[in-house]
Amino acid sequence: MNTELFGIFASFALMLVIGVPLGKYLAKMFVGEKVWTDFLKPIETGIFKLSGINPNEAMNWKQFLKAMMCINLLWLVYGFFVLMHQDKLPLNPDGNPGMTADLAFNTIISFVVNCNLQHYSGESGASYLVQHCIFMFLQFVSAATGIACAVGLFKAFRDKTTTDIGNFWNYFLKAITRLLLPLSIVVSLILTFNGTPSSYAGKDQFISLQGDTVHVSRGPAAQFIAIKHLGTNGGGWFGANSSHPLENPNYLTNITEIVSQMIIPIAMVLCFGYFIRRKKLGWVIFGVMIIGALLLLIPSISSETAGNPAIAKLGIAQPTGAMEGKEVRIGPTATAFWSTFTTIVSTGSVNGMHDSTMPLTGLWQLLGMMINGFFGGCGVGVLNYFIYLIIAVFISGLMVGRTPEFLGHKVEAREVKIAALITLLSPLLIMAGTAIAAYVFTNHGSADWAVKPSAWLNNPGFHGFSEMLYEMTSANANNGSGFEGLGDNNIFWNVSTGFVMLLGRFLQIIGPVAIAGLLAQKKYIPESAGTLKTDTVTFGLMTFAVILVLNALSYFPALALGPIAEFFSMK
Amino acid sequence: MKSNIVKSIRITLVLTVILCVIYPVAISLAGKLSKGHGDGETILVNGKMVGYANEGQSFTQPKYFWGRPSAVGYNAAGSAGSNKGPSNPDYLKEVSNRIDTLLKYHPYLKRSEIPAEMVTASGSGLDPDISPTAAKIQIERVAKVRSLDVKAVTALVDQHTESPLLGLFGPAKVNVLKLNVALDELKK
Repeated sequence: MNTELFGIFASFALMLVIGVPLGKYLAKMFVGEKVWTDFLKPIETGIFKLSGINPNEAMNWKQFLKAMMCINLLWLVYGFFVLMHQDKLPLNPDGNPGMTADLAFNTIISFVVNCNLQHYSGESGASYLVQHCIFMFLQFVSAATGIACAVGLFKAFRDKTTTDIGNFWNYFLKAITRLLLPLSIVVSLILTFNGTPSSYAGKDQFISLQGDTVHVSRGPAAQFIAIKHLGTNGGGWFGANSSHPLENPNYLTNITEIVSQMIIPIAMVLCFGYFIRRKKLGWVIFGVMIIGALLLLIPSISSETAGNPAIAKLGIAQPTGAMEGKEVRIGPTATAFWSTFTTIVSTGSVNGMHDSTMPLTGLWQLLGMMINGFFGGCGVGVLNYFIYLIIAVFISGLMVGRTPEFLGHKVEAREVKIAALITLLSPLLIMAGTAIAAYVFTNHGSADWAVKPSAWLNNPGFHGFSEMLYEMTSANANNGSGFEGLGDNNIFWNVSTGFVMLLGRFLQIIGPVAIAGLLAQKKYIPESAGTLKTDTVTFGLMTFAVILVLNALSYFPALALGPIAEFFSMK
Repeated sequence: MKSNIVKSIRITLVLTVILCVIYPVAISLAGKLSKGHGDGETILVNGKMVGYANEGQSFTQPKYFWGRPSAVGYNAAGSAGSNKGPSNPDYLKEVSNRIDTLLKYHPYLKRSEIPAEMVTASGSGLDPDISPTAAKIQIERVAKVRSLDVKAVTALVDQHTESPLLGLFGPAKVNVLKLNVALDELKK
């Protein structure tokens, strides 16, 4: 047993030790029962008063989604203009220029939808004002939006028959004041006391031991990095994200950051069970997700620690594993561990470069984002999984020849149609997007864009194809990590991934919430001997099979052209 | 709809004050109490700042311990990995060249003794550390160039080897800048 393995065991244990009780707390807090954070109530009341919001107003699913879409549209419009004109606004000590229209379009969508794709680089592309008042602000509120929508869905199933799915503003604000902000304070303090900068000093300059003049980017990064992980956003303060030694200075901060991106997704799953008074359902979903996560995690670790076979042929030693794109203080084991979790939960922060990982690790990263339902992003993970649940209920219903029911409500044509469309949307966006990109790359290599298509790819052959596939997959999953070798800051990638991110976010939220709202209005059918029980291990396995079959059928051809082909070419 | 817009604008303003002013400024003030005062921890030699403890810098002269290859030449105003794929032929050529350079400066080494991190670029391009093994293979060269006793340099490397977190979690490492600063002082 080596210390790198112990390190990830400890991280994994901590995720569960914090995530499980957090789930219970969230359920109680969102239901409105007494919790220890009730001392914050006066502050929340104040915020509601200042905003002219009545948090007790009941909303049906349409009103709920309207409120959600309205505020998100506001952020999109206002953020777009700030990004384009950041050079004329204050708090820009490094003199960074305003963004081009296509880059601003992509970047603002990316942060509003909790994706953080980042076609700019933090050090030279964004002023402190933008980093704080746009990016960090959106990291809080986009996570809170996802959580609020998930809680709306929970509320729909708590009562037998209801049109009231709770108040969007209430859930939204509480997600910030009772969850994201307090945890961010804790995490940012841990980071800043371990060496991550938190002050407003601009670039520094010094002369190195060898006599080179070195410029150093700094800034209030700790605050940003805390919410970037807690909110499963993933956008880095610095270009190299959490592999940057100021963004992730040592092994303790590495554990802190990986644990903090997992606890809310874990908690939300269990929160579902507690919230609807069906604890067991939460645990069955949790079980399916953890098995799915481990099935992606274990082979990733084994392929990274085995090292790069092409480097092994050069005759040198790879005692800990493949080191290209990785940091010594973190090591290949913890980098592989992180790469799995960051792709299944849609964080998309990286502590090592995914573009340089082994072909099969890349395959598991891609698959994690394609499935996008093993824990998943803040709130939206449960929503994505809910679609799989509905499909599984429907197929089970067909198998036994009964009208399918979910939690006492008949699942009928309308709901199944929505679920089926949402399921088909992801493969459509990912594969059509990649196909168009590959077409442009092959046939219009000299198009006069900021980066010519012929210069897009940093690597030839199968790996180059993987770079394009990864970018579209990451955009659709609202993940935000990348095979960063891709030259993505040009009009094609900015605009195409911008639309993919928008559709991949809002349709994936509207669909499940609409289904839940529709189901909740229907007459409640008490459980009988013939009811399909959804909180059993059997049904868990059924859902797991549905997830596997749907994703294997959808994505195998594309994956075969990219990482799988590269793997066999290296044999 | 109109009432939603007004509510959206108002709550956005209130939250901007809390999340983008109060929260970061409070953490920034708390950060003043940390080791580097929230600016990043620096290393001083005779009162002159020679670098950031957590950020690697370029060491190419034979009298110093070398860090890892960097895709950005240790330019700390930016940061990036090489993003080279594992099967990229140009990349493998580059690694092969790095091995040759390393062998040229360390004629006493066998290929199989070279740890991969010394010929592969780090994720950030600013990796401040190398593994203890990577430091040990350089001892003979450094000692020779500086006409120092191999034992003294070995002791210095051991002294600068940081064990895993609590001795249990994560890899052991050597901070190259700190080691080199100590090496310069050893000579005096």
